[in-house]
Amino acid sequence: MKLTGAQALIKSLEMQKVEVIFGLPGGAILPVYDPIIDSSIRHILVRHEQGAGHMAEGYAHVTGRPGVAMVTSGPGATNIVTPLADAMMDSIPMVVITGQVPTTAIGTDAFQEVAITGVTMDITKHNWLITDVNDIPRVVSEAFHVATTGRPGPVVVDFPKDIANQTMDWYWPSSLDELDLPGYHPQTTGDTAEVRRAAELMLAAERPVLYAGGGILKARGAEALFELATRTGIPVVTTLMGRGTFPDSHPLCLGMPGMHGNYTAVTAMQKSDLLIALGSRFDDRVTGKVSAFAPEAKIIHVDIDPAELGKVRRPDVGIVGDARIVIGQILEALSASGLGAAPSHGAAAVPAPGTLAASRPDLSPWLAQVRAWQEEFPLTYNQVEGGALKPQYVLEQLRDMSPEDTIVASGVGQHQMWASQYWRFNHPYTWVNSGGAGTMGFAVPAAIGAKVGRPDKTVWAVDGDGCFQMTAQELVTASAERIPVKIAILNNAYLGMVRQWQELFYAERYSEVYLSPDLPDYVKWAEAMGCVGLKVESAEEVAPAIEKANGIDDRPVVIDFRTDAFEKVYPMVPAGSSNDDIIVGPAEGDGGR
Amino acid sequence: MTPPARTSGARHHIVSILVENKAGVLARVASLFARRGYNIYSLAVAPTDDVKLSRITIVVDVESSPLEQILRQLDKLINVVDIFELAPEDATEREMLLATVSATPEDRGQVIGLVGVFEGKIVDVGRERITVMLAGSPSKIDDFENLIRPYGIVELQRTGRVALPKLERRSSRLRSVAGGSPDPA
Repeated sequence: MKLTGAQALIKSLEMQKVEVIFGLPGGAILPVYDPIIDSSIRHILVRHEQGAGHMAEGYAHVTGRPGVAMVTSGPGATNIVTPLADAMMDSIPMVVITGQVPTTAIGTDAFQEVAITGVTMDITKHNWLITDVNDIPRVVSEAFHVATTGRPGPVVVDFPKDIANQTMDWYWPSSLDELDLPGYHPQTTGDTAEVRRAAELMLAAERPVLYAGGGILKARGAEALFELATRTGIPVVTTLMGRGTFPDSHPLCLGMPGMHGNYTAVTAMQKSDLLIALGSRFDDRVTGKVSAFAPEAKIIHVDIDPAELGKVRRPDVGIVGDARIVIGQILEALSASGLGAAPSHGAAAVPAPGTLAASRPDLSPWLAQVRAWQEEFPLTYNQVEGGALKPQYVLEQLRDMSPEDTIVASGVGQHQMWASQYWRFNHPYTWVNSGGAGTMGFAVPAAIGAKVGRPDKTVWAVDGDGCFQMTAQELVTASAERIPVKIAILNNAYLGMVRQWQELFYAERYSEVYLSPDLPDYVKWAEAMGCVGLKVESAEEVAPAIEKANGIDDRPVVIDFRTDAFEKVYPMVPAGSSNDDIIVGPAEGDGGR
Repeated sequence: MTPPARTSGARHHIVSILVENKAGVLARVASLFARRGYNIYSLAVAPTDDVKLSRITIVVDVESSPLEQILRQLDKLINVVDIFELAPEDATEREMLLATVSATPEDRGQVIGLVGVFEGKIVDVGRERITVMLAGSPSKIDDFENLIRPYGIVELQRTGRVALPKLERRSSRLRSVAGGSPDPA
């Protein structure tokens, strides 16, 4: 069968069972857009290529399948650089096809030429420039294999226009052996001796904490983690990227650690004698000052990426492997040491007499300490009747009035931290956010991608007014494509997180952070984009507006919540400080502001 | 570019990287050093006995602990097949030098004498200059370079070193980074 390069590319994507492409055509990618008309793959036409990238990410977050985006050369390709960097930081599987000028014109400063393989070298897991039409099926197979295996990540396939117009004899690699990846062999199974040492450390610890990160989600390992936590009775912190890996409703769940984590999660890690890091990477937002982080803790570090082990903190036991598989191995090792599965699922196991597990320290003093911290230092805010609307109140109402398995996407800033703190994540793959890169403007397009991936679920984006203005145009895409996402703007008229830092660390000198609450008019803007626009200014109006929004399923909804500009995110560990110096709440006399 | 006449400092590391022989691979490798601000001291790249693979030999000035991280990240590159770090004492290293040296009739005999002592070769002769070639260990090349410098070096080019593990190694500092867990030292 003879195919053009363009047809071969689209057929290759079909062979990879791609169901949707987020993209925007242009000159260099034009030939590839022709066979899309005849393809079974849905194409969603975005309004800006950054939107395509974040939609692909949102889709990948909630489905576990690689998100696919397609853009043209030059500015089309550079516009998707930010989503690539975002996906690289958060290990999101994504395949981006970029058009390129003809091979004969490469290097001549041709119209819309950018050497995107060079630009994206450090922010992709790998990239390819196709120079031979016969390579297309193999390279597409390699691209999907690399994006989705090992530590997942974004890849770019750069596709010159003349290659698209050449013809080739169609084939499809029948196995991985036909790929040309001699240097790529991700290790998924942990070293048995190290796994045994990990189990021994876990059975010897008096103050252990499971430090669960986004890698567990990538590994589809939430169930394994649940068994590990409940069988051992070890409490769990879930990082920003790992929210939902372990249900917030479970008594062993301590919630989010880190710079804006809750007191108990932060302090339990600080005081622990054993941290079991599973698919987490000791990010600076989690550790605070590294030299003062969890000083008495031994470290078990499980990661599929060998370069993570020892990058920040040298582990006592380092295990390279897939989180789900390694947790399974640890569970087996625990069984062998006398801590087998409990008679009922989700209960603590009873150690077999005469085994290592039988002499295990009693964890109840540690768990009592954790409970005491939780009681003494809960998350707090004060919604005064008739007073300014508190963002936390909005989030609690939104949480309580929406289905339990609602997917929440967020932007970056104060609203992101409040969303992570106040939502109750009881299911994996219900939290979509930009963790490592901290990309403002992520929420709207990511929510759209998530809704495309899971049309059966309610999808709320929790956004800030600053973030919303960066990518709001994608609501036009959502209206046109009938993707009914819901957007809650926590509009405090400021770049709130920057404002918070200027208030606390720059003597209240507010430099370039004021945005205005009503310029733009968010309701009119929403309506102009084909959405329903609502405005909420007081606490009484919150519930009726959310109820109305949850009842709309034929178009997007935007609610402009006018929230208190003075509210700050607490707890807070100032940048560069030890986690011991956590600030629980506003100083005396500051609380009413 | 004026490289210091020093090739065997304490912080020197020799990294031997087996890579796919494809376009852009060298840029990917070099980028991991560049993003941290480390200068590559010398670099040699050539195909191996397998035409699909090339070997990159890099000498870099860097502390051991960031280097370990760089090596792990290099190993993550899709096109990198294997990496070895070679301690200088465990490596057989060779480098080649080409130098055009001023050699007036009165000096010429001395320069030719030095070339002979170092087992180099005269590869080109002009009226006032000669071009010499010398292959050997980096320290031997350093010595030769220092000794001919007073006669007047017109142009000098070194290849950068290539290295293979010594066959009889005393320490165990040769290690593959591929897929391994960190040594718990």
